[in-house]
Amino acid sequence: MVNGIIGKKLGMTQIFASDGTVTPVTVIKAGPCVVVQLKTVSTDGYEAVQLGLVEEKSLKNVNKPMKGHFSKAGVPPTRILREFRIQMSEAGLSVGDKILVDQFTEDDIVDVIGTSKGRGFAGVVKRHNFSGGRASHGSMFHRAPGSIGASAYPSRVIKGTKMPGHMGVERNTIKNLRVMKVDSQENLLLIRGAVPGPNGAYVLIKKKNIE
Amino acid sequence: MNKLDNLDKAQFKSNIPDFIPGDTVRVHVRIKESETKERLQAFEGVVIARRGKGIAESITVRKTSFGIGVERIFPLHATIVDHIDVVKRGRVRRAKLYFLRELRGKAARIRERDTRTHAPKSK
Repeated sequence: MVNGIIGKKLGMTQIFASDGTVTPVTVIKAGPCVVVQLKTVSTDGYEAVQLGLVEEKSLKNVNKPMKGHFSKAGVPPTRILREFRIQMSEAGLSVGDKILVDQFTEDDIVDVIGTSKGRGFAGVVKRHNFSGGRASHGSMFHRAPGSIGASAYPSRVIKGTKMPGHMGVERNTIKNLRVMKVDSQENLLLIRGAVPGPNGAYVLIKKKNIE
Repeated sequence: MNKLDNLDKAQFKSNIPDFIPGDTVRVHVRIKESETKERLQAFEGVVIARRGKGIAESITVRKTSFGIGVERIFPLHATIVDHIDVVKRGRVRRAKLYFLRELRGKAARIRERDTRTHAPKSK
């Protein structure tokens, strides 16, 4: 089996338990996925399975190389392709197999990988959690970074100094999230807590190996 | 329209009466006494705020208990809220009645709302 699935973040809501507790959950439309390619050591140098996320809308424009790639697998083209590293001998998979959400059960621990929301060119207060200066009482130091190093020595700015710059739109992994509910009819996963990216973003959900 | 509507629908309560800030309500809360025993406890007070929408909607209820103001926030659709009774309709001019926190006794009263509907005029 593959230990993960591709999903689309739908949004957040909350679940009320019978004991009165409220749990914030992210709803993810996970799968159905289809195996598009099996990568092997002899041909690709590593073992992995390439999954495509099957969505309601079929693709209109597929370029020729990709068309060939999908027709070789005998599956309709998908917009999203992602690879999962697996042990081929244990997997027992073949091209065209369906990967569904029912591989997850309630209370599973998962890692969710996504692309964080873009913040554009952000200052140090937002980007590095600097505290900034006073807003009033004649303060002339509001959200500036302050000193970025000494003068005569070392006479340069140390590499890696926290400064303003581009923030967000980076791969982000949130570890150890709990699966609260699995809806295999609608292919929905309800995962406790927040997940990177805006609503509609594509995420990978990987099952944790608990040994 | 919203993709999550179907999901939330299962958790919605259907027995929430119509009420607005200024109304006096009695919220019946489920209290678990032991593994098997459960009873209802009523919390009666003035609704001073109603916020949020959908499954996340909540109300703030304020009462004066032995001279001390007590406020509780209830998520409307929470499982611990069994049902809500409307005791009195109040006439107020704003949506958030936080000014009641500063007032005591007679000053903290709320005028009752006239809920009678006029009969249609015959021509």
